[in-house]
Amino acid sequence: MWRRHPPQVARCAEYSTIPNSKCDTLGAMINEQEKDAPELSLRLHGVRKAFVDVQAVDGLDLEVARGECFGLLGPNGAGKTTTIEICEGLTTPDEGTVELLGLNWRTSAGELRQRIGIQLQETQFPDKLTVEETLRLFRSFFKHGLSVNESIVTAQLEEKRKSRVGGLSGGQKQRLAMACALVGDPALLFLDEPTTGLDPQARRHLWDLVDGLKQAGRTIILTTHYMEEAERLCDRVAIMDHGKVIALGTPQQLIATVGGEDIVEFAVGSDGTGAGHAPVDGSLLTAIPGVQSHRVDAGLHQLSVSELHLVVPRIFTALTAQGLHLSEFRTHSATLEDVFVRLTGRNLRDE
Amino acid sequence: MNKLEFSSLYQLTMVRFKLFLREPEAIFWIFIFPILLAIGLGIAFRNRPADVLQVGATTAQLTQALAADKGLTAATIDEQAGTHALATGSILVLVIQRPDSVAYKYDDTNPDARTARLLVDRAIQTAAGRKQAVASENELVHETGARYIDFVVPGLLGMNLMGSAMWGLGFSIVEARQKKLLKRLVASPMPRWQYLMSFLLSRLAMLFVEVVVFLAFTRVVFGVPFRGSLPALGLLCLLTSLAFSGLGLLTASRARTTEAVSGLMNLVMLPMWILSGIFFSATRFPALVQPIVRALPLTAAIDAMRGNMLQGLNLGQQLVQVGILVAWFVIPFAISLRIFRWR
Repeated sequence: MWRRHPPQVARCAEYSTIPNSKCDTLGAMINEQEKDAPELSLRLHGVRKAFVDVQAVDGLDLEVARGECFGLLGPNGAGKTTTIEICEGLTTPDEGTVELLGLNWRTSAGELRQRIGIQLQETQFPDKLTVEETLRLFRSFFKHGLSVNESIVTAQLEEKRKSRVGGLSGGQKQRLAMACALVGDPALLFLDEPTTGLDPQARRHLWDLVDGLKQAGRTIILTTHYMEEAERLCDRVAIMDHGKVIALGTPQQLIATVGGEDIVEFAVGSDGTGAGHAPVDGSLLTAIPGVQSHRVDAGLHQLSVSELHLVVPRIFTALTAQGLHLSEFRTHSATLEDVFVRLTGRNLRDE
Repeated sequence: MNKLEFSSLYQLTMVRFKLFLREPEAIFWIFIFPILLAIGLGIAFRNRPADVLQVGATTAQLTQALAADKGLTAATIDEQAGTHALATGSILVLVIQRPDSVAYKYDDTNPDARTARLLVDRAIQTAAGRKQAVASENELVHETGARYIDFVVPGLLGMNLMGSAMWGLGFSIVEARQKKLLKRLVASPMPRWQYLMSFLLSRLAMLFVEVVVFLAFTRVVFGVPFRGSLPALGLLCLLTSLAFSGLGLLTASRARTTEAVSGLMNLVMLPMWILSGIFFSATRFPALVQPIVRALPLTAAIDAMRGNMLQGLNLGQQLVQVGILVAWFVIPFAISLRIFRWR
């Protein structure tokens, strides 16, 4: 049902005559060739891929509009990388159709390679080449593209231009990988787990970079198992589990499906008499106005609530009435993590 | 220059050069090591002037007779001390005066001792008045090209070309595969043939330096002869390098880790180190295995280069070896293009 809501940026591209500051940036960046490009940058239909021991992708339908930043979110092993590698033409699906920019890999591989940019998980560029040399090499593969200098500036690697790859930090290496993906001025950019293994600061730096690319109107498809990343960067998110899309929409839409804007978590402990505690009566909790749902995970109770400031005192009252003693109590805004938990009963990082 | 800048084949080849030049160990093994080896072998097997052999005798009269021969130096020594000197190798023959004869004490398994024994006997018989039955004279020859260093230089050249081509291709390719760089490259529009071609091109350029430096060194220092045509020798080196590039590519076409490819590479090269006649003639192996020995690319390469340098053969007389080398390039190359693992 979410697919009926076209994403913001895509709508903007659709009516590109509308004088809108975002559309101006978009129009300026997209060259003549792209103006005739189909509205959909990516279309997957009924895609399946099995490996020896696992059905990695199990009937996938996805559409990504031009100018959109689309995220595949899911735990490790959900099939994100297989999906993105099928899109990138590195893995052949067993079944289904894959179309990028209105072309398919069977008949137009050469043209597609020229027009997409790819960052793979765990590519190690040669340690003894410099940043500039690496980019010059990748630039030479493309007929059209950015200058080496432009890609260095975009990836904010100016100070490391002459440094050897072996001496770069993890974040700088990821930015180099991003620059290599950008150097062909791609109409469609794939980023596979761009921030995995980075420290929080380097991760935020990379997010800013992707933000900049979004503002410039690039179509981006990224995979991640960090919900903050998907929430922060993506116009739309597909949550994947066991090779299937289990939810699809804007982060706000997905979070709204949790049923409340906030999550209350609490645990009850012994009251000190050594007699243990009475079981929590879930029906009394869900009866509280503003509480949407209740679940228990390893002794931790989770309530999704709206109007947190009114609900919390009521929860305290209800628990006290049952003679229960709180050992933990906290609240947070609902996130994509809560969406995943609601849909699968597992946490994203349980794997 | 600007056009070259955007040529992917040029960029790929330049990258290969840079990566090679920034690897000091590789430079040592390819450029320095063969020269050190040639120096070592040249010193060990250098042709010295005919040795003067040390002998001993128990009487001054015998010593005087022995000293008349230019090939001997003699000392007077009593029998007990002389036996000790024999045992420690400081003399080769001890001549002992017996009542009505002389005795020669020596180790007949030592060729130098046997030579000394002949000289000693000749000197003593001559001093005692023996005349030559037939008049004779010596004509001495010191032929370059028949020395061990002349024999071993083409062998070292072949071994070096094998090692640098096999390691240069095999190791770099598998390293790129292991580090997922290969996968990243095929995800770009890079033409795949250019990737493999860049290895051959950079190999050829380095081959030129490698061969010229090594051969010039052996020419200047040891006077190793070049009796055949130099262009033909260059072509043989080129073919040798291509043959081992093909073999290196095949060795590296499936391996996923550098450890695996190192093992494979040694497995492929070890039989040739032993069988192909680098340090001694391959004809020493039994006739039964000769067809296999002859079909090995290193044997063909070394035979052809020895034929060119030492015997002055032209390519027309070496068609068999040339054919073997071409086959070792074409067949492994074709197979590896089919089975190459790009990710």
